[in-house]
Amino acid sequence: MSIIVKQLTRRFSPGGSPAVSDVSFQAPAGAITSLLGPSGAGKSTLLRLICGLEVPDVGRVLIDGLDCTALPVQKRNVGVVFQSYALFRHMTVRENIAFGLNVRRLPRDEVEARVDEMLRLVQLEALGSRHPGQLSGGQRQRVAFARALAIRPRVLLLDEPFGALDTRVREELREWLHELHERTGLTTLLVTHDQQEALEISQHVVVMSEGRVAQAGSPEDIYDRPASPFVASFIGGASVLRGHVLEGRAALGSLALSVPAAAREGEAVHAFVRPHDIKLARSVSAAGAGERTPFMGRVERFKPVGGFVKVLLRMPSGDEVTVQVPRSEFEALGVVEGDAVRADVLTASVFVGDYAI
Amino acid sequence: MFAPSIHLPRRKTRTLEGSPWVRWTLVTVALGFLAVFLVVPLVAVFSFAFQKGWEAYLTAIAEPEARSAILLTLMAAVIAVPLNLVFGLAAAWLLARFRFRGRALLLTLIDLPFSVSPVIAGLIFVLLFGRQGWLGPLLFEHDIHVIFAVPGIVLATVFITLPFVVREVLPVMQTQGSDEEEAALTLGASGWRTFLRITLPKVKWGVLYGVILCNARAMGEFGAVSVVSGHVRGVTTTLPLHAEILYNEYDFAGAFAVASLLTLLALVTLVLKKYVEWRSEAS
Repeated sequence: MSIIVKQLTRRFSPGGSPAVSDVSFQAPAGAITSLLGPSGAGKSTLLRLICGLEVPDVGRVLIDGLDCTALPVQKRNVGVVFQSYALFRHMTVRENIAFGLNVRRLPRDEVEARVDEMLRLVQLEALGSRHPGQLSGGQRQRVAFARALAIRPRVLLLDEPFGALDTRVREELREWLHELHERTGLTTLLVTHDQQEALEISQHVVVMSEGRVAQAGSPEDIYDRPASPFVASFIGGASVLRGHVLEGRAALGSLALSVPAAAREGEAVHAFVRPHDIKLARSVSAAGAGERTPFMGRVERFKPVGGFVKVLLRMPSGDEVTVQVPRSEFEALGVVEGDAVRADVLTASVFVGDYAI
Repeated sequence: MFAPSIHLPRRKTRTLEGSPWVRWTLVTVALGFLAVFLVVPLVAVFSFAFQKGWEAYLTAIAEPEARSAILLTLMAAVIAVPLNLVFGLAAAWLLARFRFRGRALLLTLIDLPFSVSPVIAGLIFVLLFGRQGWLGPLLFEHDIHVIFAVPGIVLATVFITLPFVVREVLPVMQTQGSDEEEAALTLGASGWRTFLRITLPKVKWGVLYGVILCNARAMGEFGAVSVVSGHVRGVTTTLPLHAEILYNEYDFAGAFAVASLLTLLALVTLVLKKYVEWRSEAS
């Protein structure tokens, strides 16, 4: 039951910039696919186009190989979980879950049996007679899942399902969703702005920016091989270094990295370096790092955050670089603000052109 | 690292409550105003109505002209309230869910019956359906009587009470959004089922509130109905018009007996209104 989206475009006001622009991607059958991007990237609009709450101006939506672009939302048989829960507040939990089944005119005992099954699935057996107002945020979200799954949907669409919950509940529910998916094997599309969430629970990630697909691939692809400066800067909180191509290498201050083949001599380049892709060392002489390319920086300031220390380095060129060092390692290093340190860059993504935010 | 311990002064803040002197002055002014303008007239209506005792009161209400006035008032309300209920729900749905050309104009037009003087509202219908009006000759040819007849009274009542349901339901729909409706659609429910099972229960207290206000106005309207009625006794007089006629004939006990019925209606309306407000806050 794959979801295939072909050249979808949706414009809300004539002449305005489209919310979704020429988007094509495929959500593989039986996998969790994440639509990841900053707010306003068009993720939710795309989800609404897939479930049929919005009609595209151009393009097609295929679910399980069947073109359902012209099919009304009621006929698509997709399970949708909204960020706002959207539970029917005047109905009990049982009535909420039974709603879609009653619409399908299932016999009463079958409805009751299915509701019980769903309540067990989301571990809310004891709360069937409560109203949504009497539940916690996490419980409400699970009811929303049960209601969406009760109709035995072909695919499951989740719009920021954990967005309104606090961090601890988010992490619990993320784990729970993972188990749920293991058990149901349902093709799932998850809209999120949380890269941690996307990288952790999905097998396929579609990064979106300004209504377009910026990159699609496995979480490892997205993280290790960002296809564009946008993806590189959006994922992983990378710092930017600016420089030029010098003798076939990207000269970024005292640092020299290999460049993409297309780069010409003297052209502007910039590199993205992730906070934990840099190793700090006390002096230049303690080299022997082989392939790694060291450069010098000055410790501007540092701040312990949990088990890590966040260090802000100032490059001779003026660029600022954030480095994340395990606390024990940083303490062993014994540097203070103003000290010069050597930084080994383990890996970086280099792009040709000037960096503009 | 240090843990700051902050001790907030435990002084009672009086900024918003003001001094007792201010409070009591305001209470006195408000209660005094209410007593003069609301309680005294209310008491006066009932004391005048029962001036000549129970029997005179019952006779005034039971006489044929009074009975026909009661029936006509009920009929106008029974037709106007459901019409405006259906229109109000449809218009509120339209205005809350869709953005379209002319939306602002429609919102303004819905308020027209509130902003225009009721007498003018009545005149509009006379100009439309009267003997000298646009459609008058045509109606006269087919022997259809609108003005100075029951249809005119119903039309004027519908016009005057049009905004109540829309105005009460629209804000409720707007604050509640359409998430639940969208969820119902994704679960396979038709538009009609979604409206009946999701939207209507969500806005029911707003609807009831609008209906109560609409009904009170439909039964109590004087100005517009007076213009189109023609004051044919026992045929085109509603309760407020009947009270006026009796009053003009110096039958004060009769006039106030009829007026007391309308006053009772107002009191019942207030109680219902309070109950609906209480229930809608509770849910």
